[in-house]
Amino acid sequence: MDGPAADGARPPPPRAGSRLCVRCGERKAALKRPKTLEQICRECFYIVFEDEIHQTIVENSLFKAGERVAIGASGGKDSTVLAYVLSELNRHHNYGLDLFLLSVDEGITGYRDDSLETVKRNEIQYGLPLKIVSYKDLYGWTMDDIVKAIGLKNNCTFCGVFRRQALDRGAALLKADKIVTGHNADDIAETVLLNILRGDIARIENGLIWLYHDPGIYSPNAYRGFAREFIKDLERMRPRAILDIIKSGENFRISTTTRMPEQGTCERCGYISSQKLCKACVLLDGLNRGLPKLGIGRTKAGAGADSDGKQRIKRSERNTSSLQGKHGNFDF
Amino acid sequence: MAAAASACGGAGCRPQCSASAGGEGDAPAESMGRLSISAAAATCGKCDGGGAAVAVAGGVGMCADCFRAHLFGKFKLAVTSNAMVRPTDAVLLAFSGGPASRVALQFIHEMQSKAIQSWETSNSQALPAFRLGVAFVDESVLSVRPGHEIDMAIEDIKSILSSLSPGDKQLHVAPLEDVISSGSDDKAARLKELVGVINDETGRDDFIRCLRMLSLQKIALENGYTKIMLGTCASGIACHVLSATVKGQGYALPADVQYVDTRWEVPVVLPLHDCLAQELNLLCELYSLKTQQLLNRPCSGINGLVASFVSRLREENPSREHTILRTAQKLKPFSFNKFSANGYHDFLPSRLRPKFQNIDANESTFSEILCLICGSPFSESELQNLENTKHKAQKKIDLYTAHCCQSCHFQILPAATDMHGHFFSLLPKFWTEKVDTASASHSSVRDQIADYLLDEDDEN
Repeated sequence: MDGPAADGARPPPPRAGSRLCVRCGERKAALKRPKTLEQICRECFYIVFEDEIHQTIVENSLFKAGERVAIGASGGKDSTVLAYVLSELNRHHNYGLDLFLLSVDEGITGYRDDSLETVKRNEIQYGLPLKIVSYKDLYGWTMDDIVKAIGLKNNCTFCGVFRRQALDRGAALLKADKIVTGHNADDIAETVLLNILRGDIARIENGLIWLYHDPGIYSPNAYRGFAREFIKDLERMRPRAILDIIKSGENFRISTTTRMPEQGTCERCGYISSQKLCKACVLLDGLNRGLPKLGIGRTKAGAGADSDGKQRIKRSERNTSSLQGKHGNFDF
Repeated sequence: MAAAASACGGAGCRPQCSASAGGEGDAPAESMGRLSISAAAATCGKCDGGGAAVAVAGGVGMCADCFRAHLFGKFKLAVTSNAMVRPTDAVLLAFSGGPASRVALQFIHEMQSKAIQSWETSNSQALPAFRLGVAFVDESVLSVRPGHEIDMAIEDIKSILSSLSPGDKQLHVAPLEDVISSGSDDKAARLKELVGVINDETGRDDFIRCLRMLSLQKIALENGYTKIMLGTCASGIACHVLSATVKGQGYALPADVQYVDTRWEVPVVLPLHDCLAQELNLLCELYSLKTQQLLNRPCSGINGLVASFVSRLREENPSREHTILRTAQKLKPFSFNKFSANGYHDFLPSRLRPKFQNIDANESTFSEILCLICGSPFSESELQNLENTKHKAQKKIDLYTAHCCQSCHFQILPAATDMHGHFFSLLPKFWTEKVDTASASHSSVRDQIADYLLDEDDEN
């Protein structure tokens, strides 16, 4: 990013007549690359795109030969591209990886059905075995069940927490060494930005995002929409700004007095948690005891008490199921 | 740094900034926005006076006097707990005319008045009062305002000053172009040419902020001031946190968002660090503090985008700006973000001195390399690039370029590399002189050991 030519964010002077690819100079340019504004042909775009991903993998030593890698597959464009590129690179450059697709079924009728179809197609197209884990398998509840129990107000909290753990738990169940996700620069930039707005510093190190944050609520707010719009406007004004946000995230000097996240494990299920009980267990507790407000709001996770005693809901008829009893401990 | 100084320091960012005081003729109740109280019956939660609450701060409804005291309290705390003003100091207040600098002027004037009073009543037993002056940087050369409007604006500023008594405060009005050269050549044209050579809109905006800071430094040095006080408020700092992040300046970010900045010859202090622009606007309205915003340039490009983003966030949640500031506080400040010279704190009572004196003495001389243009401390990769260039540099221009941070390199230096020489030639000499002296000492050391160096490629 330091050299003036490397980022090439300024468009080359317009040439009269021909619009040839700046890379090969042979084929006609088919698009203007958003990242660099270079005019390149389709073939060269594929090549540079895949090559940049290969460079990222190599420079950060992301994999070791023989590793079993779960590709988080949602059926969306990002994970589809990820599945395709990773299987290509694995073949081309002999990474020696054992790849498979991992999909999460939240159990929302009509929502996941289409995307799961896409993932099943990917399985066939790219020759990658597909494993699907469902919320039902992992937690004993589908999102449809949860919404029936608690309504539409705080369901996003449940789904978010459960999904975050589902990929992890699913991958562990299937004995994966690594998980890859299709988070792109825009997602990471948005994460960095949203965390600043929330009072947290997100620092990026070795391709991982470390969050220095106080235990708190994970709830959607209106500012997410503003942030997304802001990033879109920003990108229009200065395309490299997305990558600049990530660079900032990589260069934040965190004060040593800032509280580092303590990494313990959940007493009940063994998942990584900075509290006695992980977020998912707290929420499940609430569901299973008919206290769906447990874990929602500003009380610390694991505190056990209702944040608002006045809003006790009648017990649900669901059988109590502890995560430990049904699925065994997850050893990490 | 100058970027923080005016990114919505209550000064400009016109459509995005919250109500500019006195400009639109809005009734105070309407322009309070989030600070307005719907129930007229709400009384002040702070005092027993039973007065109607007109503002909310820190979750408490307050009457005008308590609100004022609340803000003054924050100002005074910032000044005293950061040892911003010593009795022997001559403080130059940067006055843009906007609400924030108007409040800063009012508050520092009050502190000075009290100091004068206690000096006079104590028969010289107490500490003497600090000197106070006011600076206004006239940027009209870059706008298209007619001359008489500018003169009127400056007259307004003079009348604001003269309304404050006691204490004579000298007003220094300096045109921005004076910082380009001190000679008699056409400075205005040269400044316009310099700015014109910058292709990027945000780059131009930021470059002018750098010039603004240099202008203040020049005024301070030429008139014997020992401190520069900016009206930069919490809202401006929140904007800067975001704009620095999106410009890839995550490493240097903490440098510009502290209370104290000693990178400059004349140290810079930010006493309104914890006050929101909305609060400052409201105070100006409540107490009819006159402001002058005719000459303010709205921020543009990315800075403008950030300002309107923060404005939307503020509407959704008024304490969002404070949250952003809290985030920035998690970043490590630099060694130049505090006063650490020996003897600096001698004026304090001995029981307080240990609190301020430098605990880690090995950080007392600041060793960071700063960007030639904006003063940002260099990150690891920028340092590496500089080192590599030092060894290989054929021309001075390459060295100057390597002394610019990656952000200035992208948005301020002209796109065409062959224009770099022209750009540097237009800069004030003392900017590039710093690099010249540094490289001269470096090359003389190199000469001494030249016989013993094994170069991979022979360069002559």
